[in-house]
Amino acid sequence: MDGFYEFIRSLWLLWLMAVFIGIVVWAFWPKRKRELEAHGQIPLRDDDPES
Amino acid sequence: MSEAVATQPYNEEVVRQFTIATVFWGVIGFLVGVVIALQLAFPVLNLGLEWTTFGRLRPVHTSAVIFAFGGNALFATSLYVVQRTCRATLWGGPATASFLFWGYQAFIVLAASGYVLGVTQSKEYAEPEWYVDLWLTIVWVVYLFVFVGTIMRRKEPHIYVANWFYLAYIITIAMLHLVNNMALPVSFFGTKSYILWSGVQDALTQWWYGHNAVGFFLTAGFLGMMYYFVPKQAERPVYSYRLSIVHFWSLIFLYIWAGPHHLHYTALPDWAQTLGMTFSVMLWMPSWGGMINGIMTLSGAWDKLRTDPILRMLVASIAFYGMSTFEGPMMSIKPVNALSHYTDWTIGHVHSGALGWVAFISFGAVYYLVPKLWKRERLYSIRMVSYHFWISTIGIVLYITAMWVGGITQGLMWRAYDELGFLQYSFAETVEAMHPYYVIRALGGVLFLLGSFVMVYNLIRTARGDLRDEAPYVSPTAAQAAPAE
Amino acid sequence: MFSHEKIETNVILMSVLTLLTVSIGGLVEIVPLYTIESTIERVKGMRPYTPLELMGRNIYIREGCYLCHSQMVRPFRDEVERYGHYSLAAESMYDHPFQWGSKRTGPDLARVGGKYSHEWHAAHMTDPRSVVPESIMPAYPFLREHALDADDIAEHLKTNKAIGVPYSDDMISNAADDIVNQADPENGDPDALQERYPKAAIGDFDGDPARVTELDALIAYLQVLGTLVEFGELTAEDLRQ
Repeated sequence: MDGFYEFIRSLWLLWLMAVFIGIVVWAFWPKRKRELEAHGQIPLRDDDPES
Repeated sequence: MSEAVATQPYNEEVVRQFTIATVFWGVIGFLVGVVIALQLAFPVLNLGLEWTTFGRLRPVHTSAVIFAFGGNALFATSLYVVQRTCRATLWGGPATASFLFWGYQAFIVLAASGYVLGVTQSKEYAEPEWYVDLWLTIVWVVYLFVFVGTIMRRKEPHIYVANWFYLAYIITIAMLHLVNNMALPVSFFGTKSYILWSGVQDALTQWWYGHNAVGFFLTAGFLGMMYYFVPKQAERPVYSYRLSIVHFWSLIFLYIWAGPHHLHYTALPDWAQTLGMTFSVMLWMPSWGGMINGIMTLSGAWDKLRTDPILRMLVASIAFYGMSTFEGPMMSIKPVNALSHYTDWTIGHVHSGALGWVAFISFGAVYYLVPKLWKRERLYSIRMVSYHFWISTIGIVLYITAMWVGGITQGLMWRAYDELGFLQYSFAETVEAMHPYYVIRALGGVLFLLGSFVMVYNLIRTARGDLRDEAPYVSPTAAQAAPAE
Repeated sequence: MFSHEKIETNVILMSVLTLLTVSIGGLVEIVPLYTIESTIERVKGMRPYTPLELMGRNIYIREGCYLCHSQMVRPFRDEVERYGHYSLAAESMYDHPFQWGSKRTGPDLARVGGKYSHEWHAAHMTDPRSVVPESIMPAYPFLREHALDADDIAEHLKTNKAIGVPYSDDMISNAADDIVNQADPENGDPDALQERYPKAAIGDFDGDPARVTELDALIAYLQVLGTLVEFGELTAEDLRQ
């Protein structure tokens, strides 16, 4: 039984690496570049409503 | 809550209040720091009185600079940035915002007055006793509601990255605060309480809290500050918005695990020590990811460093952030930690992050905010920002180098054997050897304090609307480079 | 154009995902410390603090001694030689909170019990430089003047018992007397105290037998540090975590 437990525990490592690589791939996917980089403009588009 | 949000102006009154509190508590925190540094160099300065010993003033210093100075800076900037990047006014209206301000100042005063009277839980950076913890919990929940509420009513569809970091800081500090401060008061009318956890479990709970107070209060929160004020000051978008997504999720995931590097070679089981070390070394990557994202935001605007000392302060702070988040992983490697643990080297590391990163980015943000908040054209004096920059930077360098040299000397002397195989130094000899470094460190602290006085004067004159007639600020190198302009 | 509902979930979703992400590390590292039995070494001799030691420990906390003194001997040759056997997790199992400390501006105190006489401690606390010329420790002359305020001592023991420290009812009911038994043995019953709390240091600590002062309590606490665990016949298996 213990072997199975060890095997399951090692899956955690794979799962976390998969999540990490998934985020990196999602974030740096070329098609998504323009849309995501545009968010960087938000602070610069600061039209002061009252001043 | 259906009032027309768009036309309502932002709530800048509470940001002004928190900005004033930031500068006020900053100077007090630096001053107490200088006093206790001098006490270590010249013990007579403890005055032999119960309320002025190092033991009671040290938590006043740490709480003043972390929770009062750092905390007010985070409140001021988070409430300012969330409104600006969401184009929505604060949720809960001026009354809630005012409660947030006065409630948080009450927390600070309750904590500091307690320490001086000897009321403390003796858990570092969580010293306030149970009744102060309860009050902070109330204020913090209101803070979370105001912050999340403002994001919910936003006009800007996308939640800007700075708000992720502020949100992570608010949520995680709540979690850390609640778990680490679980205590049972002896009586509900007394101040003394006993922490629920004990021994090795309390040790790891404390340093899971302690390291992540640095990780989320002094890092994630201030990274939120970086992601707003550096682009604004440089008038450039952040270097890579996509990198900030990876930076955010990897930083908040990894930081939590690093607590055990405070307990290397202690009675904490080895599996936890090694786990903490491994994650601390991995933590170097997201930290430098943030640094790169911050500094490279100036690509295409590097020349501004010649003409804008505020931007220079912000960039210097990110450089110090890079330096101390490289030093940290190195010190969390067990054999290195075997030398550095318990020595002044740790204090050097703390202050490269505290003075270099936290204080400098807060100064940069405050220099950016004050003209905007008081509706002035610009700061009273740009040159004075440069004076402040140089005085404080030299202070930091003195501080850090003195603690590096002193700390490593301590570590080596403790473990030194003479040729006969006996311990070479008694502990008292190592204390004596520290004296010159404690004096240099105190001098560094004095310079840092003086620098902050220059800032206070500059900000007060700015708020009054005065303008100093000074030659337009062009740094010497720029003048040579383009004299004919 | 955007359904508010979708926007709502973004910040709520972001909050939930953040909380999940930041809770993994803590759970994986702290929970096993409670569930793995071997975390605390299997040693004999540990007992709760006597009432006087507990009061002394509260003064140790009140004055912030943990800011300059650690209580954790590391398993290094020079530390074991300078201070004594490396510290065990078992030795702080009743410490709410732990006092391992993170800085050695002053020496480690984990094994200071019995190393110096009561008189040395009394002189040192009142004026450190009178016994250790190089010391930069603040002076605590007021500890000798303040009478020990321990009228709610039984409440302290009850609170500790409520969070897991094995104080017996007998200990709690005799809490106030045990302070006198320990610090003023002529007028008390030191044997009863010794029976309830083995290896407690008994006698006058601060050089003023007439009163029980805060200095008595602090020295009683310092004198017990690192003296309880019997290291004689321990095997490696007992110490394995």
